[in-house]
Amino acid sequence: MSQQNNTLPMNRRDFLKMGATALSLLAALEVGGASLMFMQPRRLDGVFGGVVTAGPADSFPPGSVTHFPDGRFYLIRAADGGFLAVYQRCTHLGCTVNWEADQNRFFCPCHASAFDMLGSVANPPAPRALDLFPVSITDGSVVVNTADIQTRDEFTPAQLAYA
Amino acid sequence: MTNWKKRLFYSPADDRSRMRAVANNLILHLHPTKVPAPALKWTYTWGLGGISALLALLQILTGVLLMFRYDASVERAYTSIQTIETQVLFGSLVRGLHHWSANLLIVTAFLHLIRVFLTGGFKKGRATNWLIGIGLLLLVMTFNFTGYLLPWDQLAFWAITVGTSLLSYLPAAGTAVANFLLAGPEVGQGALRNFYAIHVAVLPALLIIMMSYHFWKVRKDGGISQPNPPARSRVTRLTTIPHLVQIEFTAAVVLLTSLVVWAMLVPAPLEALANPNHPPNPAKAAWYFMGLQELLLHMHPLAAMMLPGAALTAIAAIPLWDKREEDIGVYFRSQKGGITAVTAAILAIALIPILVIVDELWLDLPALMPALPILIANGLIPLLLSLGGLAAIYFLFRVIGRANRGEATVGLFTFLIVSLIMLTNVGVFFRGANMALVMPF
Ligand code: HEM
Ligand code: FES
Repeated sequence: MSQQNNTLPMNRRDFLKMGATALSLLAALEVGGASLMFMQPRRLDGVFGGVVTAGPADSFPPGSVTHFPDGRFYLIRAADGGFLAVYQRCTHLGCTVNWEADQNRFFCPCHASAFDMLGSVANPPAPRALDLFPVSITDGSVVVNTADIQTRDEFTPAQLAYA
Repeated sequence: MTNWKKRLFYSPADDRSRMRAVANNLILHLHPTKVPAPALKWTYTWGLGGISALLALLQILTGVLLMFRYDASVERAYTSIQTIETQVLFGSLVRGLHHWSANLLIVTAFLHLIRVFLTGGFKKGRATNWLIGIGLLLLVMTFNFTGYLLPWDQLAFWAITVGTSLLSYLPAAGTAVANFLLAGPEVGQGALRNFYAIHVAVLPALLIIMMSYHFWKVRKDGGISQPNPPARSRVTRLTTIPHLVQIEFTAAVVLLTSLVVWAMLVPAPLEALANPNHPPNPAKAAWYFMGLQELLLHMHPLAAMMLPGAALTAIAAIPLWDKREEDIGVYFRSQKGGITAVTAAILAIALIPILVIVDELWLDLPALMPALPILIANGLIPLLLSLGGLAAIYFLFRVIGRANRGEATVGLFTFLIVSLIMLTNVGVFFRGANMALVMPF
């Protein structure tokens, strides 16, 4: 018996020990993974996060900024008539930016980032321009998809949507 | 009588020893039966560890009470706090105690860490407990961070919005952790529920485990650190009961009484209901995070997190660096260490306001280096400059001050602590609307 044991890579006791350890590790991983999956909640959908109809394109004069608090965005109509929907969330650390018409800028009260009318950074610490939501104009009305947050470094004319 | 009956029903003859038998059981779990007389001098520890433990206990008691009245839902959280404040008998007092003792706990745990560092309390096999202690301080801060959201007022909403956004700048797991905590595109019901579960279940469990281990380890390491006794002298040892217990009891009663009076006079604040569309202006963090908030005004978020992260890592690693056992138990290591500390404190008090003002008014790194990405111009460069400055301070003490390793470390540590206090003060008192620098009066 003992001679036979020596030729085997391990004896029965060690084999069982190793098996038990491996199985316990596997069980721990499974329980841990299952717990994590349990805790991972479903996304809760509110007003924000769906497709928002902003209104007829004609109701927004060129050079205007309109706030849609429930959709969490500002609808911008550039001087040339192009539309841009920017997420109101500051790209620095997430506060809501305010549109200051007299200064022609978006301003964040949290750490004083400023953005120009088209959302490009005018004053750091914000690292990039305000995020965009895709805009489409169907049958003369402006539709904003708030489910699709698009990041950008700065404003480019290609981002504008036209009627 | 059988053995267990004897144990259960055994009672000493007179009242005095009966009471003592009860007290001994509990107290002597925490303390040895005898302690060295110098360890009782309250100007050595200032009782900071014990006070922190008492406050933690108070948090658990008041926290469990609050749980009976609090609703972790976006619709009802705020009103449930209002109800606690106005309708529930002693509600305002219980909430006030929970709030103020949470704030005080940050202060006492922080001061405790400073005391342990300054007396070299991490030496002679106490490195593990040094790490546990740092973990406990972080735990207390996490408690505060998660508890902060629960009242669902403006402060809560915006502090957590900023805090979780900060997380997503961390490379690798940052975004995943932030998404997990938030459970949605912005701070909402998912976040509130997660924070509540973490605050009232996960963290208390961790707290109890870590605190128990911390106390057990103090005894295991041979009691609190003490100066090496002069050769061939014997330190007198006094019995824990009554000598130590009397001091602790007095301190506890004074502390609890002051807290209750304070909580009665100053109710815990509650701002307007959270409004995701309008951050208050200025939108400030809780005071204990305003040092970090101040850094955020000056550099890229990643750099603003890496700087304190690097400092904390260095502080955690101090037992590997300062190993000299001769000076254990001596405040500032030596007289020269004391001078280094004072110099460092003065340096920080002078330098930090100057740096803040220069950066605020004149220095605009990204504008100086328009070719570089913001992450480098406003992140890497200020980070390296700051770390370089800290290294320079250390070597100044070593070379010009001729301080030894431990004494120079005391200098650097003091500089870090005083800088943090200065930055916090700038954030609390000198930041007004739009986070501009203002005078506080
Ligand atoms: C070190 C321990 C703890 C700290 C530092 C802490 C801190 C906080 C803070 C800062 C708040 C916000 C309340 C306010 O300031 O207005 C809070 C709320 C709350 N905490 Fe704690 N807490 C601790 C332990 C606990 C424990 C152990 C429980 C329960 C088991 C608990 C239950 C609650 C509840 C229900 C609230 C919501 C009520 C309110 O906001 O007033 N806490 N905590
Ligand atoms: S969150 Fe807007 S500047 Fe920091």
